[in-house]
Amino acid sequence: MKLKKILALTLALAMSASLCACGGGEEAPAPEAEGGDAAATLKIGGIGPLTGAVATYGVATQRGAQIAVDEINAMEDKAFAIEYDFQDDTGVAETAVSAYNTLKDWGVDVIYGTTTTGPCITIASETNADRIFQLTPSASSPDVTAGKDNVFQMCFTDPNQGVTAANYVKDTGLATKVGVIYNNGDAYSTGIAQGFIAQCASLGIEVVTEQTFPADTNTDFNVQLTACKDGGAELVFMPIYYTPASLVLTQADAMGYDPIFFGGDGMDGILNIEGFDTALAEGLLLLTPFNATSEDEMTANFVAKYQEAYGEVPNQFAADGYDCIYAIYNAVQQIDGALEMDQAALCDALIAVFTSADFSVDGLTGAGMTWQANGEVAKEALVVAVKDGAYAAQ
Amino acid sequence: MKKKSMSPASRSAFINYGIVIVAFVVVQILLGQGMVSNSLQSLLVPVCCYIVMAVSLNLTVGVLGELSLGHAGFMSLGAFSGIIVSFALQDIIAFGPLRLVISIVVGAIIGGIGGVLVGVPVLRLRGDYLAIVTLAFGEIIKNVIMVLYVGLDENGLHFATNQSNLNMSYEGVAIIKGPMGAVGVTRLATFTAGFILVLLTLIIVQNLVNSRSGRAILALRDNRIAAESVGISVTKYKLMAFVTSAALAGAAGALFGLNYSSTMATRFDFNTSILILVFVVLGGLGSIRGSMIAAALLYILPEMLRNFAISEYRMLIYAVILILVMLFTNNPQLKDLISKVIPKGKKKGGEANG
Repeated sequence: MKLKKILALTLALAMSASLCACGGGEEAPAPEAEGGDAAATLKIGGIGPLTGAVATYGVATQRGAQIAVDEINAMEDKAFAIEYDFQDDTGVAETAVSAYNTLKDWGVDVIYGTTTTGPCITIASETNADRIFQLTPSASSPDVTAGKDNVFQMCFTDPNQGVTAANYVKDTGLATKVGVIYNNGDAYSTGIAQGFIAQCASLGIEVVTEQTFPADTNTDFNVQLTACKDGGAELVFMPIYYTPASLVLTQADAMGYDPIFFGGDGMDGILNIEGFDTALAEGLLLLTPFNATSEDEMTANFVAKYQEAYGEVPNQFAADGYDCIYAIYNAVQQIDGALEMDQAALCDALIAVFTSADFSVDGLTGAGMTWQANGEVAKEALVVAVKDGAYAAQ
Repeated sequence: MKKKSMSPASRSAFINYGIVIVAFVVVQILLGQGMVSNSLQSLLVPVCCYIVMAVSLNLTVGVLGELSLGHAGFMSLGAFSGIIVSFALQDIIAFGPLRLVISIVVGAIIGGIGGVLVGVPVLRLRGDYLAIVTLAFGEIIKNVIMVLYVGLDENGLHFATNQSNLNMSYEGVAIIKGPMGAVGVTRLATFTAGFILVLLTLIIVQNLVNSRSGRAILALRDNRIAAESVGISVTKYKLMAFVTSAALAGAAGALFGLNYSSTMATRFDFNTSILILVFVVLGGLGSIRGSMIAAALLYILPEMLRNFAISEYRMLIYAVILILVMLFTNNPQLKDLISKVIPKGKKKGGEANG
């Protein structure tokens, strides 16, 4: 019995020892303010999913930002160097909090992230309480920035995207009767669809049917397509990711239904699906801030570097990430003595720069991007159509 | 301090309380000294939640001997009902800790009701039905909350399946917004609250297991026919264990939900249920202490691996460690060694040694 007690005590000690070992180990490199460092560097901490179900997006934002960081650090006349650390959050809010706190222990100056919306809402209130500036490449819900003056977005908010799409349909006179298919288990999809439907109502476009599907079962869309067909929809708006969208297109073709399909930025990537007949996507419209096949010099340069480093064509998430780093770099440059400030002072200074009227960024995902006081980005939405297996600007 | 008359079971129970209190005091001292990193501080409350989850699941799986694959569903019920209660009482009760306690109690009640709903029909059956039904239950809860919109205005709470159907007044706030989950939650959970909840859970579970009812439950697990033949009511005792387990999960969920400013229903999916089951199995079926330690260590492990150069592979390493632990704890030579060190512990899962 005595042995058992000793064992229990040892375990208790081991438990607490493991706690303090971890705590003690990080004590040294975690000073509160970075001021007084020998080399003038800015510590940018990224958060996003590198593992798990949504890892594709996290990896893209991580790599896109890495290219920007490498470019800046390689500049000879750079204003300062950037230290960049990207922590995995597996797309889960509670893990994102640990990732964020790991970055805080590292002494982060600016948070770049998070990639996905759910964790970002949680992290945004953390950074807001800690007064650390945050710029997210792709978390698109308005809840991310609502009530937090220190959080800014590089992407459109979901409802905004829906509104833009509805305006486009109205302005070009594409259709008077539309059907909507969206994933009601997904915040992104639901957000865009709700924005679209509300804007259609105010513009007088008739939404003949709202069809939903859950996040778990997204392989059969015949019910939804039949409802659109029976309702006489001339255009089907589907703010969903490209994998289910490819199935929608295939099944619509099989049932001989040929309306105009219109998607959001999640549709970007549909032409690269293996085993998908891109002829089916012909005429598909999508909203995207980034076109990898663009002739634009900056884009071509980015795409070439990305392909060289990672062997694949970058998507809009990577481009958003690249733009985020440059936006932070440009903004910090405008602040006197930015690198000597602590996080809170830097945060306030960056908020002032980002919301000032004369601060704008020319990036891959838009020229002359500016930010509103509520953290939303103002930039041109680009509608592209698929033509001969490639994007063509409209 | 140690009375001769104390039974081995209650001695073991008191050792468990001791471990928890010592761990709490040590962490509090370290916190006071500023020796705990931010990343570790953020893990304290979730660790408490997962310990409660693991201990309560152990009651179903280890003590009752029924497999439950939907424990996260009860956690989800508790989390979202706790969040709604905390929102609704925001203007009435300004004192945060009291609101937290009420939320946790309501979370436990709702979790318990869920347990009754699932348990009453299913626990009458023989076989693996509970596993199947709880699996479905967890998914149903997840999908229901995913289309559930809850709003609050001066007229009270509004429930709908669509944001525009909430019919709130202009000042109304949406608390739960379908797939976006609960947003803008005031964080009330503290490590102290987590510690108290763990302690309460231990008191409830250990006293239940060591009581007359607990012996009836153990008898049902070991031989149902023999237990029935001496007049033990199968449904009553099975339900007692299962509902207690569900209610504790609900309480843990409420604490968990109030620890983050936003919570999504997808967090409480099948994977989370399995994660908790992994804690229970690796800690040893029926061993409350094992569940506690396994939950704490296995939850902190992937976060600690961040600090090494190999952090890219941390989830891979985590999985490998899980497999190794599973292999080693089932290794006969190792078991021999353990039984030499601990003479009486012949069979790990055999006795509910608390």
